[in-house]
Amino acid sequence: MSITTFIIISIIKSVAVVFVLLTAVAYSVWLERKVSAHIQNRWGPTKVGPFGLLQPLADGVKFIFKEDLTQPHVYKPLYIAAPIIAVVFAITSISVIPFGNWVDIGPFGKIGPWGTYLQITDLNVGLLVVLGITSMGVYGVALAGWSSNSKYALLGGLRASAQMISYEVSLGLSLVGVIIMAGSLSLRDIVDAQGGVFWGFIPRWNIFHGQTLAFFIYLISAYAETNRTPFDLPEAESELVAGYHTEYSAMKFAMFFMAEYANMVTVACLATLLFLGGWHGPIFGPPILQALMPVFWFCLKVFFFMFLYVWVRWTLPRFRYDQLMAFGWKVLLPLAIANIVYTALVVALRAS
Amino acid sequence: MIPLSCYQVLGGILFVCGVLGFLIKRNIITIFMSIELMLNGVNLSFVAFAAQWHSLSGQVFVFFVMVVAAAEAAVGLAIIIAVYRTRETLNVDQVNLLKL
Amino acid sequence: MFHLILFLFFGAICVAGAVNLLVQSHPINSALSLVVVMASLAAEYLLLGAEFVAAVQVIVYAGAIMVLFLITIMLLNAGKEERTKGSRVAILIGVPGVLIGGVLVTGTLLTSPNAQAVPIGALKGDSASIARLLFHDFLLPFEVTSVLILIAIMGAVVLASRPEAVARGPRKDGR
Repeated sequence: MSITTFIIISIIKSVAVVFVLLTAVAYSVWLERKVSAHIQNRWGPTKVGPFGLLQPLADGVKFIFKEDLTQPHVYKPLYIAAPIIAVVFAITSISVIPFGNWVDIGPFGKIGPWGTYLQITDLNVGLLVVLGITSMGVYGVALAGWSSNSKYALLGGLRASAQMISYEVSLGLSLVGVIIMAGSLSLRDIVDAQGGVFWGFIPRWNIFHGQTLAFFIYLISAYAETNRTPFDLPEAESELVAGYHTEYSAMKFAMFFMAEYANMVTVACLATLLFLGGWHGPIFGPPILQALMPVFWFCLKVFFFMFLYVWVRWTLPRFRYDQLMAFGWKVLLPLAIANIVYTALVVALRAS
Repeated sequence: MIPLSCYQVLGGILFVCGVLGFLIKRNIITIFMSIELMLNGVNLSFVAFAAQWHSLSGQVFVFFVMVVAAAEAAVGLAIIIAVYRTRETLNVDQVNLLKL
Repeated sequence: MFHLILFLFFGAICVAGAVNLLVQSHPINSALSLVVVMASLAAEYLLLGAEFVAAVQVIVYAGAIMVLFLITIMLLNAGKEERTKGSRVAILIGVPGVLIGGVLVTGTLLTSPNAQAVPIGALKGDSASIARLLFHDFLLPFEVTSVLILIAIMGAVVLASRPEAVARGPRKDGR
């Protein structure tokens, strides 16, 4: 495969993935509104299109036409840069997420070895790259709180960034068990290590194969990392006005909104790749269907995690801030370390 | 293919900027950040020399530098907070008495 | 050629960020320039092949230590710097002195006989080899640094706590 073919395929993949991601972000808002409505025994958006499916489109148009207020007391450069930072880092982490296996393109795979992995790029340290991008996303929140020059925004921003960096530790440590079992940091290798079955019928997904505790630690840390209930004190409406995005309106607020949902999508993708076996699932049918079934299973699992996010949000009450920090440092961190020790012991004993 | 001395010179330039910041700045936190800049320049030199002598120990030593920098940042910022509480200023020229 | 372009691009960002740190008067602008320096340094590490070090640089340095700096600057509400007599003297003597030192160091590095030309990704530092070195040859320093971090945590907690809150007993009027 020549270099021009590679570049063209990469550009097509990047454009397609970003387009799908942005649509997924818009429709996760729709999902949240519908599911929360049904939990609260009401209908949710039904007027705009069938089942309210065109509601995100209407919301997008509304955000574009809303008046973009810029208060005089804000620190202009950082005020404009903060939502851009938040959105850029939220969308970038999709670049190392694999959606499926190798597909042959070119007519029926017969003209030359034209094929590609269903992933924008497979890095050797892919998991660390995702963790790094998550750490950089804290800047969007902190700078938004600071540049707004308002006490609610500053307090909300500081609380949110302190919460995010505290839960990053247990997030990273809960993934070390998965890395030990797969023996590699590359996301594709981790998913490949989860193929097959054990004990006859149970799939060798990490959640069944020994990393159950790590799965729950990861999920809780990820909920705190993306500032979602029950850990959303920094942006709760009844507590701190609106936290770090109090002084934002229209398009900039929409960018923070998009960044939050894009982070949720990234967390859901990582959870399926690392714990639920990624794209592994029963494959059947004609060859064209066989190439697309892995993507279907991946999307189904990601959808399950997004649904779980909304379900937990509208079921559990909110943590107080000191309870939140105590939980992160005193409960999750020791549990994550214990999980690492246990996993390493089992892997080492089994290898000898 | 570029000569390795390019990387080492870049590390040297960063170190020089760090020393300059340490000398001419008056805010404690900015002085501290210049120290971090010096450590980063040294890290780049370590990795460049690791490539020159084909020894991965240079890259491993970068970890130790990072760990020490993290510990130093934590303790240093705690000291800065304590100094701010008693002296109400962050200007090093005004923190010149051992006892208030 | 491609290597030179990439190196110069990220090197220019590094040096611009470092000079911006010196030039800015508000510490938060200096902090953000330092974040830019660290991110472009991570790219330089990638050019040298140290992929694990680059990822750790972004996670630890740019993503945690600098957030700590930023939080401290925001909490202490540090304002712009003031120009005092001491700072003018420092600029007058310090800048030429340090620049002369820098020129000496650069000259020594450029004329040293050992530096050879390297391709992109000169020494591949993948996680497995670095881990092997870290846990076999450098095990003792590794364990010592973990104790060091523990001491730093305890020291930071003690130093930043309010002394009167610890020593205060119950008040006499019952409040």
